[in-house]
Amino acid sequence: MKRTLVWIARHCIAIALAVAFVLPMAFIALTALMPDQQAMTSALWPASWEWSNLLTVFDRAPVLTWLVNTVVYATLATALTLLSSVPAAYALARYRFRGRNAALLLVVAIMLLPPQVLVIPMYLVWADMKLTGTIWPLVLPMLFGDAFAIFLLRQFLLTIPQEYANAARIDGCGELRVLLKVILPLMRPAIAAVGLFTFFYAWNDYYGPLIYVSERPENWTLSLGLASFKTVHAVQWNLTMAATLIVMAPLIITFFLAQKAFIEGVTLTGVKG
Amino acid sequence: MAVVTTRATHRRAVARSRWRGPKVAPLFFLAPWLAGITLFFAYPLAMTVYLSFTSYTMLDRPEPVGLRNYVYMFTEDPRLWQAVGNTGWFIAVMVPAQVLFALGAALVLTRIKSGAGFFRTVFYLPSLAPPVAATVAFVFLFNPATGPVNQVLAAVGVEGPLWFSDPAWAKPGLVLLALWGSGNLIVILLAALLDVPAELHEAAAIDGASSRQRFVHVTLPSIAPVLLFAVVTGVIGALQYFTQAVVAGSVASGSADITPSAQSPGPPEGSTLTLPYWLFVQGFQRFNMGYACALAVMLFLVSLAFIAVLLRRRSGFAGSAA
Repeated sequence: MKRTLVWIARHCIAIALAVAFVLPMAFIALTALMPDQQAMTSALWPASWEWSNLLTVFDRAPVLTWLVNTVVYATLATALTLLSSVPAAYALARYRFRGRNAALLLVVAIMLLPPQVLVIPMYLVWADMKLTGTIWPLVLPMLFGDAFAIFLLRQFLLTIPQEYANAARIDGCGELRVLLKVILPLMRPAIAAVGLFTFFYAWNDYYGPLIYVSERPENWTLSLGLASFKTVHAVQWNLTMAATLIVMAPLIITFFLAQKAFIEGVTLTGVKG
Repeated sequence: MAVVTTRATHRRAVARSRWRGPKVAPLFFLAPWLAGITLFFAYPLAMTVYLSFTSYTMLDRPEPVGLRNYVYMFTEDPRLWQAVGNTGWFIAVMVPAQVLFALGAALVLTRIKSGAGFFRTVFYLPSLAPPVAATVAFVFLFNPATGPVNQVLAAVGVEGPLWFSDPAWAKPGLVLLALWGSGNLIVILLAALLDVPAELHEAAAIDGASSRQRFVHVTLPSIAPVLLFAVVTGVIGALQYFTQAVVAGSVASGSADITPSAQSPGPPEGSTLTLPYWLFVQGFQRFNMGYACALAVMLFLVSLAFIAVLLRRRSGFAGSAA
């Protein structure tokens, strides 16, 4: 009897939590589909379903431009991060050399360091090179390895048995071929997770574009645009929520397509080490 | 026999790899990153420290002023203590709230047999919402006049506060936003809880430990490293807390700009003015680059203290060799 009660109580708590997590999303979606006059009232349920709101958003603000800029930023950031971070992570996971522990400490310290500490000299450098107002200050540093990506990839690499690489060496593979032909295919899940994280990070980034890109509206990203959206469309909460949905939707769809890679990646950040 | 062969093969391979790759290969693989830390870490860090002892507005060359920026910071800056207080508030309230909430949610998930995957997905999903989008949405959900939250509260007879328009309620509103997005932490803590060896629980149960005693003496010590990780990364996150504070303040106050308000930063009444927010206003709106660097140095020292705590406790971070 007591067992049954505890079982019911647990599931009630879980369901209550789930409702609390879902409700904000539900209200965002419901408001996004309301007609204009209703969005200013306290109504919670749309009187009529205005799916056209999702298209109207694209007319009211250059959302398409922001979307393209965001996709470009996120794609470049992801590609460059993986390209530069995989070899670094491999070196830190698989070779013994002097200064390796110091390098590892540095990776973690840089990963945790608030970006604000370094932002002013960096801004001055990019301003000197006349690159502020473009996405290059956000993307070019990724060519040189990202601490979080290196950390995560290394954690994963530690779980791959060394024997694979050694067998390939005996077969006469050079170090670069070992990495490309043997290790890289084994790293696919970690590369997927890190790629997704980097893409999402860039997609969500507000601070970087605010510092480097905001002076040129034609280069704004979705985050910058959305922050301005409400003020431009003062009380039109329905359109603002529709814009919010448009910004969120690609991430949520991606999540459902790649759920496993995600959960494994998140777990890797906190548990191993 | 097979074992011996593999051992021998392995030893030969090790000898061989010592002989050919390892001197040059790691350096080759690390070269871009080494260039990166010079360009994007060492250089800007040194420049931040240097500029913090200068007065620099981007118009002239930096002019050395000794400790004047730091003296101004501690004795005259009219906003600094408000910013430090707000950032301290987020560290003291938001971080524990988020860790405890995530731990509670993860514990619930460990006990659920049916539909665990579904609940995990539902708990995790909101953490994917982009911070700007989530913040704009929360300002709407919590808007005092027509927002759903206050309507629900009114329905149960509670008069809701003004949330992001009230200096006393803006920060608690941001805490709720943080809880909504704590799915990452829930998944991490859930994995840690599931890693606790079941034999430990069984042994404790046989010894007559109550479920509370088992939680305190078995579960907590086992997940302590992950909890420490959660707290320290939470604190470091709170030290750089910027986007949600800026967006909530400007959207709720109807400011007509995407950049944070420079005249009265941290609306309402400075209640969302955090340390990084103040650094942004000083550096990028008032162009007091030297002073902003002095603020950055303070931020660096505080962050470094917390990073050091994490690295010392979790020597595994760096120590666990291949």
